[in-house]
Amino acid sequence: MQTSPVPQPQRIGVPRETFPGEKRVATVPDVVEKLIKLGFTVTVESGAGDGANFSDDAYRAAGAEIVGDAAALWAASDIVFKVRPPSSDEVALVREGTTLIDFIWPAQNPELMQQLAARKATVLAIDCLPRTLSRAQKMDALTSTAGVSGYRAVIEAANAFGRFFNGQITAAGKVPPAKVFIAGAGVAGLAAIGTAANLGAIVRANDTRAEVADQVKSLGGEFVKVDYEEEGSGGGGYAKVMSEGFQAAQRKMYAEQAKDADIIITTALIPGKPAPKLITAEMVQSMKPGSVIVDMAAEQGGNCELTVPGQAVVRHGVTIVGYTDLASRLAKQSSTLYATNLLRLTEELCKAKDGVAVVNMEDDAIRGLTVVKEGSITWPAPPLKQALAPVPKAAAPVAEKKSSHGTGAPMSAKTLTIVFAVLAVLFWAIGAYAPVAFLGHFTVFVLACFIGYMVVWNVTPALHTPLMSVTNAISSIIAIGALVQIAPPDAGINGRPDGLILWLAFAALVLTAINMFGGFAVTRRMLAMFRK
Amino acid sequence: MSQSLATVAYLGAAILFILSLGGLSNPETSRRGNLFGMVGMALAVLATVFGPRVSPAGVAWIVGALVIGGGIGLYAAKVVKMTQMPELVALMHSLVGLAACLVGFASYVDTSIPLQGAEKIIHEVEIYVGILIGAVTFSGSLIAFGKLNGKIGGKPLLLPGRHWLNLAALLIVIWFGREFLRAETVEQGMVPLMVMTVIALLFGIHMVMAIGGADMPVVVSMLNSYSGWAAAATGFMLSNDLLIVTGALVGSSGAILSYIMCNAMNRNFISVIAGGFGSGAGTPAKKGEAAEPQGEAVPVSSAETAELLRDAKSVIIVPGYGMAVAQAQHTVYEITKTLREKGVDVRFAIHPVAGRMPGHMNVLLAEAKVPYDIVMEMDEINEDFPDADVAMVIGANDIVNPSALDDPSSPIAGMPVLEVWKAKTSIVMKRSMASGYAGVDNPLFYKENNRMLFGDAKKMLDEVLTALKS
Repeated sequence: MQTSPVPQPQRIGVPRETFPGEKRVATVPDVVEKLIKLGFTVTVESGAGDGANFSDDAYRAAGAEIVGDAAALWAASDIVFKVRPPSSDEVALVREGTTLIDFIWPAQNPELMQQLAARKATVLAIDCLPRTLSRAQKMDALTSTAGVSGYRAVIEAANAFGRFFNGQITAAGKVPPAKVFIAGAGVAGLAAIGTAANLGAIVRANDTRAEVADQVKSLGGEFVKVDYEEEGSGGGGYAKVMSEGFQAAQRKMYAEQAKDADIIITTALIPGKPAPKLITAEMVQSMKPGSVIVDMAAEQGGNCELTVPGQAVVRHGVTIVGYTDLASRLAKQSSTLYATNLLRLTEELCKAKDGVAVVNMEDDAIRGLTVVKEGSITWPAPPLKQALAPVPKAAAPVAEKKSSHGTGAPMSAKTLTIVFAVLAVLFWAIGAYAPVAFLGHFTVFVLACFIGYMVVWNVTPALHTPLMSVTNAISSIIAIGALVQIAPPDAGINGRPDGLILWLAFAALVLTAINMFGGFAVTRRMLAMFRK
Repeated sequence: MSQSLATVAYLGAAILFILSLGGLSNPETSRRGNLFGMVGMALAVLATVFGPRVSPAGVAWIVGALVIGGGIGLYAAKVVKMTQMPELVALMHSLVGLAACLVGFASYVDTSIPLQGAEKIIHEVEIYVGILIGAVTFSGSLIAFGKLNGKIGGKPLLLPGRHWLNLAALLIVIWFGREFLRAETVEQGMVPLMVMTVIALLFGIHMVMAIGGADMPVVVSMLNSYSGWAAAATGFMLSNDLLIVTGALVGSSGAILSYIMCNAMNRNFISVIAGGFGSGAGTPAKKGEAAEPQGEAVPVSSAETAELLRDAKSVIIVPGYGMAVAQAQHTVYEITKTLREKGVDVRFAIHPVAGRMPGHMNVLLAEAKVPYDIVMEMDEINEDFPDADVAMVIGANDIVNPSALDDPSSPIAGMPVLEVWKAKTSIVMKRSMASGYAGVDNPLFYKENNRMLFGDAKKMLDEVLTALKS
């Protein structure tokens, strides 16, 4: 695409998803408008948005062209947005030089990768986004999809569950709240925790990565620890496979939770591996009849031994939901989020806003996404160079700076000694040379400083402005100085220049009176405004 | 009234002043505190007027001065806008400084009480120091006033070798101080005293000119402190304990405030109180030193903002000087009221240096009738940001800059900031992408959960309010 000398606006094509039961669509009318603003033309296959309740007319109103069949769409499009990895029929439609933006899962689909490379296409796999780049988060379709799925998992559970989620006290008696246990606190797990907690259930959750405990708590869940020491973070925000001892302790914990919980939602996935079997047949047996398990890992084999992928089955009186299309079951929501993710990606590709996408391999985020570039496989991308390395380095000096900065911390013994030494010398000098009258005043002064120090620290920060204006008013106590000078009884003695002093003192008195009356009045005005 | 009675009255006044400051520990008791202050002041003035040091001939003058000054003061207090409080306070500091100078000069030319030996020297040193502090406070406060109301540009004026200039000024002041003490007659002493006053005035100007707009809270509280010390010095000069006590109270109050402000900006206290603002710390940050933030800012419309607010359960509003400039506090209150009626938990987070003087934001919000129990200090609320659905930043920048915490090369590294980015969504209301006073780019704007609402704060908030109500 960079080869064409005069950049022509490119055409973005959005075909109807062909995977059976898939209701999502890769763009929505609102986003179509924004894509057109970026300079692209947009073509949508007729009926593409039906499953997600977006009519052809809605797309047309947003400025998209509607074409009747997929083949024509693929042939005309420079860029194709999709949700599911392309089927073999769709791969056959890929034209040379097309850019395909889609979920690909290159690790699981090596054949698909070869086929796409053979078609000499450029493929951006949205699932390969380097998620640790903060800039990439707005394009993170995995996160938005997982969030939708987590929400839907709770809704499915509620649907299959025979009771309320929230505890209620009704005229007909007390209803206890449902107990929900969520295995895995990734994006989907966290969304499920939040949703279940909002419905009023008691939510417990576990994850091998101990650092997510705070997030679980922040959403209203309780974090259940496995009684075993091991850190489960596999880098890049994913989990890793745990040791045998840990797994035994984990099984024990799950067995306990299974006995107690009404609903279990499992979300445990390890990248590139089959899902760990967390819930055994015995655990299912130990659950109360009518309980529900939603296995969000069903597509990768399931976290429960009895899961049937794609179906809801009842085993030992427990409904086990193994739907693999949870996001698609909330098609409008997940389509909207996915479309926005792709819009953000398109904005990154088309910084000039001229309707031409440029796949810049220098850009870390784009490099990570690009799995096929003009027919050659570029997956996997090299690990990010700068993203992770400097972090620990950078953190150290901040901490150091904080500790070495003495302003907040108590003074070190050395500083304290010096301060005391200086003060002692000062006091000695004053004591040795100053007259008695001065010492009396000096005592008062030092003690008053201390009183001021004690009193002012108690002032609430909200009242710092009134504090300033009231101290300002009080400092017009200088008026006393002027008062005693205006007309003392001993005027005229020793050739005192009475007239000059009178005018000086009078001026000083006017100034301080402004301060005195003004300061107190404005403080009063301010304080009157502070209301509960 | 005898001297003893006057002294006892002074003692009572001093106690009332202490109680007055003590009352400010809580908004409930603060009104009474202010009353204590007024009573104390009235007591002190009356005890002096009817005391042994004022003859009946002076009463007419005194009443005249109080009526003139009091009238001006009351008028100013009535018409001042709450956004102009920092200017008013700075102006009042300058009055205290000038009065201290005048009293000092009057005391010097007063020959009615002959002093000898060490007492004379001490008295003259007190006069010299008192006028020095008074003059610095006077000119410094005037410049601060000019800077605060925009008559003088906010940019720091950095003369070459300004530390040497200050040092030279100090040496000259000390040398003339020696001359002053050696002087036999008042006329002889007047020359060094005048020279010193001029230098002190220039020093005050130079000191405040060298300080940038963002550091104004420190400057205002520092001048507050200086005005206290000026009063204390006058007290020494006149051998009046009430002046000493009051001056010390005010001085330490201002010093503590400047200390709090310095901490809030991670600045060194000593270098600020000396007026020099250190070498590196006080100078405005150079641009481009810190790492360039990645990504792009996502703009948002006022209608979308209203939607975010309406859907939120918990909202934290972070006001800054921009809110004061746009006079948006009343609209902010209307929005707060509307949201609270809808059951949204709205709170305010105040950074210690938000605005142009300590506690400025609290006063503005109080003026707009925002209840003070939902206005929180930084330490109280910083932990609550992760629980907030929306954090709305109105006209603030540096106080919400995450690079203060995680970028050690940032010029504001180590400064405590409000962690708005931990909220689920943060909305920054700003006129443009320009950086704040510290001249540091703000990575907050590029965060994934941040939205930018561009435009004048008042206009945008009005639109948000209309959208909220519809």
